[in-house]
Amino acid sequence: MIFGIDVASMLLGGLAAGMVLFIVSVGLSVTMGLMGFVNLAHGAFAMLGGYVIVLSMRRFGLGFAPALALGFVVIAAVSVLFERLLYARLYRAAELDQVLFSIGLVFIIIASVTLLIGPENQPLTLPEVLQGQIDLGIIHYRTYSIFLIVVGVIIVLGLWLGFERTRMGAQIRAAVDNRRMAESLGINIGRLFTITFAFGSGMAALGGGLGAEFLGLDPQYPLKYLVFFLIVVAVGGLGRVTGVFYAALLIGVLDFVLKKYLPAGGTLFIYALTILLLLWRPQGLFGGKSA
Amino acid sequence: MSGPAPHPAAAALANRHRIRLCEAIPWILLLAFYFVFPRYLGFGVELLTMILFALSLDLALGYAGIVTLGHAAFFGTGAYTVGMLAKHGIWNEPISSLLLAAMAAAAIGFASGRVLLRTSGLTLLMLTLCTMALLEEAANLGQAYTGGFDGLDNVPIPPLFGLFEFSPLFPTVQYLYCLGVLFICFVFVRTLVYSPFGQSLTGIRENTLRMHAVGAPVNARLVTCYTISAALAGIAGGLWAQSNAYVNMSTLGLDRAATVLIILVLGGYGRLYGAFIGAIAYLALSHFLAKLYPTAWQLGLGLLLVLIALFARNGIIGLYDRIVGRLRPRRAPP
Repeated sequence: MIFGIDVASMLLGGLAAGMVLFIVSVGLSVTMGLMGFVNLAHGAFAMLGGYVIVLSMRRFGLGFAPALALGFVVIAAVSVLFERLLYARLYRAAELDQVLFSIGLVFIIIASVTLLIGPENQPLTLPEVLQGQIDLGIIHYRTYSIFLIVVGVIIVLGLWLGFERTRMGAQIRAAVDNRRMAESLGINIGRLFTITFAFGSGMAALGGGLGAEFLGLDPQYPLKYLVFFLIVVAVGGLGRVTGVFYAALLIGVLDFVLKKYLPAGGTLFIYALTILLLLWRPQGLFGGKSA
Repeated sequence: MSGPAPHPAAAALANRHRIRLCEAIPWILLLAFYFVFPRYLGFGVELLTMILFALSLDLALGYAGIVTLGHAAFFGTGAYTVGMLAKHGIWNEPISSLLLAAMAAAAIGFASGRVLLRTSGLTLLMLTLCTMALLEEAANLGQAYTGGFDGLDNVPIPPLFGLFEFSPLFPTVQYLYCLGVLFICFVFVRTLVYSPFGQSLTGIRENTLRMHAVGAPVNARLVTCYTISAALAGIAGGLWAQSNAYVNMSTLGLDRAATVLIILVLGGYGRLYGAFIGAIAYLALSHFLAKLYPTAWQLGLGLLLVLIALFARNGIIGLYDRIVGRLRPRRAPP
């Protein structure tokens, strides 16, 4: 019985972390799949979103839900600006130029945040309702983790419906599978990409805010978690919403379990596993045949 | 003149690797640095090791077109090989230690290159990054051997050739030693990139499909190049460990990998001397700015990278070429 509770609590904690990983990474996966753009600055958008959310709550007394909405809208709007003015110039550039550009962007954002807001961690104050424990019948568990799992499931269902059931989703899937063919069918890839990019960055902003409670929120955020976000995308496959979802949950739970039973070598294990997996399936665990 | 004139293509190829007079300039400057700035030789040693490291990356990235984010893995392997062998009293003669460092880095480069270089694009980027992160974690965990997070300090390095003592306060011997090693490595790389092997690497970078089609052993060439590049990076790491007499995890991390990439791109990749110009520009700026205004330095560095990616794809050398090209009257196309 004790063991069962242990497993359940570990699973819940891992799932909650996985949901945040998913919310942050899903935009990265779709934009990489769509345009093949190696965007290492995606985590910076997540961090900026986190700052908007946390600071608007603290300075302007906004509620948690309105703050999340604000974060999404602000970062989505800002990212459209970035996409049109900067990213769009580099779609046909070599991979190396995209890497350099996005690393440069990360540095600029880190330095600006340090200058404007300061290098210290910005704690997220949860609303009363989400603090404390919740009774799940068998065990008591942190309310916030359960909240994250519920939100994550709602988001993945929404995205799945949007991807599989709407015209826009069909266009994105078509463009991921074969961009040239989609273009010759009259799909406006440029517009599609701007919208996807904005939406993905907005999602990252949500993830930055939702995850601030246990990932922290300081200017080094984009570099600290870069490898993790990239692993999720690489394992999940490019441009696959459900693939990224499973990969994020898998890595979230694995990380949680390893931290408990193998506190020293846990990260080592995840890196090694990722290398082996990518060698076995370069297109990712859940990716299609051609990636 | 006896015999027929060589084919124009052959003449053009031979002309490319002719040694030019201006190639002596960087070496004269580096030697002059020793006499002019005796108080900055510590900085000079850092400069020389980073030039060698950037040169090794140039071979993989600039000539063979292997986009890697994890080159510090080999620098760190070299540094830790030298540091661990010396600290645990196994072997510490400087020059043979460097060779061991090169061999260890080459072994890791060969093993990882064999499997990694089958992939390309994002997968390759991820795999190089993960390989480096894996080694970094290993260095962190193997506390008994690597000193863990703190690294190994006071690594005992005996005098060079049994004569010249390495002094931590006045690194005159280190500077000349690094300069010598850099020169030998540079001559090697220069010969390599102008050899038929080097030409085939450029061919692979420019058009992999066509190189397959003409029957070049693409994968074997890439693995060989990656291994050589790793060995050179290992030598750079070994030099770093010997001249500083310590090793720590800063030799292995993403920071160092990003720095060397920035240096190479700043100078201009695929251009041999890009490593020199990039390292001098970057380290001189960072030496004076980074300590005074660390945040402003990062901001400036970010802006610089974005500008390079958008407007100056070939770095400082590329800009120079473009300006010279504008000034000179254009020759008729051949």
